[in-house]
Amino acid sequence: MPPGVSLSDFYYILPELVLTGGALLVLIADVLLPKERRAALAWVTLLALGATAAALVPFANTHVEVAHGLLAVDRFSLFFKILFLLAAAITVLMSIRYLETEGAASPGEYYFLILCATLGMMIMAGGIDLITIMIGLETMAVSFYILAGYIKPNQRSNEAAVKYFLLGAFSLGILLYGMSLMYGLSGTTNLRVMASAFVGQEKDPRLMLAVILVVAGVGFKIAAVPFHMWAPDVYEGAPTPVTAFLSVGSKAASFAMLIRIFVEGMPSMSADWRLLFYVLSILTMTAGNIAAVTQSNVKRMLAYSSIAHAGYLLMGIVAGTARGITATLIYLMIYSFMQLGAFAVITLLRRKDVVGDELKDFSGLAFRNPFAAFAMLLFMLSLGGIPPTAGFMGKFWLFSAAIDAHYYGLAVIGVLNSAISLYYYVRIVVFMYLKKETSGSDPVITPALALVLGVTVMATLVLGVYPQLLFRVADVSARTLGVAGITAAIR
Amino acid sequence: MVTLNHYLILSAILFAIGTAGVFVRRNLITILLSIEIMLNAVNLTFVAFGRALGSADGQIIVFFVMTVAAAEAAVGLAIVISLFRHKESLNPDSFASLKW
Repeated sequence: MPPGVSLSDFYYILPELVLTGGALLVLIADVLLPKERRAALAWVTLLALGATAAALVPFANTHVEVAHGLLAVDRFSLFFKILFLLAAAITVLMSIRYLETEGAASPGEYYFLILCATLGMMIMAGGIDLITIMIGLETMAVSFYILAGYIKPNQRSNEAAVKYFLLGAFSLGILLYGMSLMYGLSGTTNLRVMASAFVGQEKDPRLMLAVILVVAGVGFKIAAVPFHMWAPDVYEGAPTPVTAFLSVGSKAASFAMLIRIFVEGMPSMSADWRLLFYVLSILTMTAGNIAAVTQSNVKRMLAYSSIAHAGYLLMGIVAGTARGITATLIYLMIYSFMQLGAFAVITLLRRKDVVGDELKDFSGLAFRNPFAAFAMLLFMLSLGGIPPTAGFMGKFWLFSAAIDAHYYGLAVIGVLNSAISLYYYVRIVVFMYLKKETSGSDPVITPALALVLGVTVMATLVLGVYPQLLFRVADVSARTLGVAGITAAIR
Repeated sequence: MVTLNHYLILSAILFAIGTAGVFVRRNLITILLSIEIMLNAVNLTFVAFGRALGSADGQIIVFFVMTVAAAEAAVGLAIVISLFRHKESLNPDSFASLKW
């Protein structure tokens, strides 16, 4: 055993080990199973995700640093790991019929990559060292590059992959350059040691450059304006379940990384990065919503809506208080359910003869499939922030966190943006309920898709009416970061 | 005498060349190479800082960056080839079935 690593370290990364084992199992099963039985791979994947979730149970109250500060196993990472596993499971359920319709060659590789991306996200959420954060980020990103281009005969899918790859690699370069300056100015790669090393260096221009570079690098990953140009193209071109996973999992993991790097690693620089995120938040909300209004492709519209949501989510980071971080965590969880649900409806509309991602494909859906139309109605209202849905609760917490930290202007802009966003969310509802039916075969709900819609609809309603449990969990998770200490330093 | 600042200035220049290449060049392979230059600028910064600080962390992280860069290049080239089969071109401007 190498020095510094003990057997107990392996115990603490048990969930990650189980997930790695599961991913390899899927890959082996893909080779061993006869071609007509490969549909069962989806269930093997779900089993692996379930086993990983079970392996998280012993660590519900753990708060340790593993392998001399490479990874943190705490409530914060636990919150995100649960989110990733849920999102991955929902994505797998969505993919089953979609892959059949698209005639994808080998589902085994697809599910393997989904599990790899999940593994990368889990490492990102736990990483408190530049090395682990980078490795987690790339495990996720490289899996997504391939997934985005998974439907090889489709040129749009290929283009999406190339665009995502080029801008992803470019943003990695910027992020790493910022990280190299952070390392050079602190002499360590551990974020928690770094935090104390930066105290007293606040005015160093090199450190400010590092902050700007890391903000830009992370901005690419969360698709914040002006680093968002890849998102609409990639979301539109990638296979729909991948788009769903990308817009939820990748965004949540990037926010976890953002919180780790800035809140844990650079609390003394908070005046600088809060200002940068303040500007990014306003730009992102406004540009995202205005661009979404003009879209006729629903996937593209949801891409701009997802950009706008990154702007809302940044409000909690700008506030910088424990309450702000809590609000961001709450909204990430709520956003995941409504976003995955909306993409599940688009997946449902994909049939042999219809692509199903244009606005006109939603015409008259209420008459052909009332349940799917009702689910979409709910997700749209929730994304727009209308009570009694979960989206309202999430936005309420974000805006009140901003007001609590005396960012009144930001909260007002947030509310105005929510009003703009209602226009394009309600437009889908109008198409579904008031327009004539279009041609093509009737959309059919498979049991897997019914399960997905059931879970996401329930979550959107229940979290809107009874959000206390989620609030308490998010609050406890945010407080493991020691945000309270930062707040004291700012005031 | 070559000091830390010389290395840092060199890596900053390399990084700027790489960034400029990404924006200016109109060939997917050249853009890929420009990104590699950016990553090597990062490596140089890490190594230079590691040597100046007398800590091994800077050298260690470079190994990880190189591995990641290799994995990215492998995947990236594969994606470029599968796109090339659709359209015999490496100019990003010719891929316009999605608005860029």
